Amino acid sequence: MHDHPVSILENPVNPAPTKVPEPREITTQPRFSDRAFRTVVSSGGFISLVVLGLISLFLLYEGLSIFRSEGLSFITSFEWVAESIENGTEASYGIGAMLYGTLVIGFIGLFFGFPLALGAALFLSYYAPEWLKKPMVLVIDVMAAIPSIVFGLWGFYVLMPQAEEWAKLLNKYFGFIPIFSMPGDFYLRSPFIAGLVLAIMIIPIITSISREVFAQTPLDRIQAAYALGATKWSMIRAVVIPYGKGGVIGGAMLGLGRAIGETVAVYTVLNLVYDINLEILLGAGGSVASLIVNKFGEATAPELKALMAAGFVLFMVTLAVNFLANFIINRTVREE
Amino acid sequence: MSAVTGNKPNEPIAPKKSSVPKPIKPWSPTAKQLLPDFLGATVAVIVSLLVVAFSPMAGILGFILTFIVVSIITAATISGIRQDRKAAANSVSTMIIYFLSAFVLLPVVSIIFEIIRKGAPGLSFGIFLDDMSVTATDAPLSEGGLLHALVGSLYVVALATIVSIPIGILTALYLTEVKGKAAGTVRFFVQAMSGVPSIVAGLFIYAVWMISLGGTYTTAAGSLALAILMIPTVARTAEEVLKLIPTDLREAGLALGATQWKTVALVVIPAARSGLITAVILGTARVAGETAPLLLTIGGNDAMNWNPFSGNNSALPSYVWKNFGLGTETGADRAWTGIFVLMVVVMAFFTLARVLGRKKG
Repeated sequence: MHDHPVSILENPVNPAPTKVPEPREITTQPRFSDRAFRTVVSSGGFISLVVLGLISLFLLYEGLSIFRSEGLSFITSFEWVAESIENGTEASYGIGAMLYGTLVIGFIGLFFGFPLALGAALFLSYYAPEWLKKPMVLVIDVMAAIPSIVFGLWGFYVLMPQAEEWAKLLNKYFGFIPIFSMPGDFYLRSPFIAGLVLAIMIIPIITSISREVFAQTPLDRIQAAYALGATKWSMIRAVVIPYGKGGVIGGAMLGLGRAIGETVAVYTVLNLVYDINLEILLGAGGSVASLIVNKFGEATAPELKALMAAGFVLFMVTLAVNFLANFIINRTVREE
Repeated sequence: MSAVTGNKPNEPIAPKKSSVPKPIKPWSPTAKQLLPDFLGATVAVIVSLLVVAFSPMAGILGFILTFIVVSIITAATISGIRQDRKAAANSVSTMIIYFLSAFVLLPVVSIIFEIIRKGAPGLSFGIFLDDMSVTATDAPLSEGGLLHALVGSLYVVALATIVSIPIGILTALYLTEVKGKAAGTVRFFVQAMSGVPSIVAGLFIYAVWMISLGGTYTTAAGSLALAILMIPTVARTAEEVLKLIPTDLREAGLALGATQWKTVALVVIPAARSGLITAVILGTARVAGETAPLLLTIGGNDAMNWNPFSGNNSALPSYVWKNFGLGTETGADRAWTGIFVLMVVVMAFFTLARVLGRKKG
């Protein structure tokens, strides 16, 4: 007991003599360590901006000669012919058909994916019993973590044989609608099938953004609707949808952006054809990202430049879609 | 001995079982109230079976389609008769939302099932011990292996992680600690960066590394492309984590005379440690399966390459891609086995991130 150090608390009358530390220098100037810290962190924070800038600069620089020689026809022309000396063909690069095809499969994906994702988000937010919520959120998170090559192979080996039958049924019963007509008898690797794969791939992102938005719906308004005798559906229509509309649309656009940039999954299930094709069930479509993978392997130096230019266009389109989507989402979420 | 003396003194005395009242849930539906739902479902099943049997609609697809239509009509009729049109609309929308959710789950179940069905038969201990350098592409699966791809994946992901951790976490610190004037802009651009198509990341690295710097295909080039895709995931998750650290902790640190640097290094980051690790692992899971950027940057290889800074290399996604591209039966089998291994790796990261993330929350 005696060798126990005497603390101030035990002996408040005779505190052990302590050395008074030097008074701290009081200044509003940030110290050197803080200035260094803030500089390092700030420069680290700007790296993503720099990287985005570099991506556009490098792709633009590499593709500049193509943009110069092709002009606007790079976007509008449907031809993609590499220069060949033995065939005597002149180079002509146009990604019009690919750009159109990208939008077509993107919107097919959205057409199927959006209702499913919205339904799942509403289910998780307002319908699901407690015990089901966690497992279902887990499944959707797993879905988001599945690599695109897995979707590609699954789409090719598992979905495509099924989807071919669905396409035939669609053609049989709705063939009179121009987009479901079938000039040949080639249902495999169509924009329809690529769109279905994309639909599955974009569900998780739309669902999670929609859930985030729905979670912010003011509880008092929900309860007010119920108190006025609304059914669940009337409540959703009167409160949840008007409140979350912007965010849900933003989520759908993020999904579209992801669909536009998707490469491997689309390439495995889509037949690339350099022409505008209105029949979505026919196995002929386009995708800028797939074009790059397709042509990259045996590209000549000038063709490589054209691919860089195509990459630049793809980057700009996805960036624009993402900017707009994030702008809408941020505005909706911040409104409180 | 303690078993004889009964309860230990510090153990709470368990209440007698009979004294706990069984919770009454007046809101839970009684059997009588559930009866119409049950009847409706039965009617829907029977009607759809009849329709499939006596009409051109055939097979499971026909049954599912009819079942959806019939059950929606039945639900609408029952609640329309018992209550009013509003209730009918409510039942219809409920049914539709239930069906939509079920369809969301279907592909995931199918994907997991097919990966196991098609990938598992090719698994053997040997594929983790051998590469494809001396194996013909049409040789049976018992020959050769994917060790080279596994090692390549390990390299490319590890290097991408090393590049992304400082940049991602510095970005998150800038957004939450420094809160500079440009924080809003940076946050916006990080969001936009997470939408960069993976092929564009590969193309960019190709333009910089191969064209401008005159380099060749290497693992390092691939990892830089992956880092571009990984940084936004790490930064955004880390930002969420740092936001959860109470401001009180920071203020306490500053009030005790610490500089901001010391507060961040000794208070904020240790408090957020497990969350930050989760952020990094989530980023890893995001890029481990990326294929497109690797096609343009690491070149592919059938043999082992232990040097990440020179020479072509393979990775699990490239291995799958290559074998799928062969178009042969063994190629497809190898691709599925590769997918199985890849999914195990991705899911391992995913689970790890979840477990670590849960501890904190």
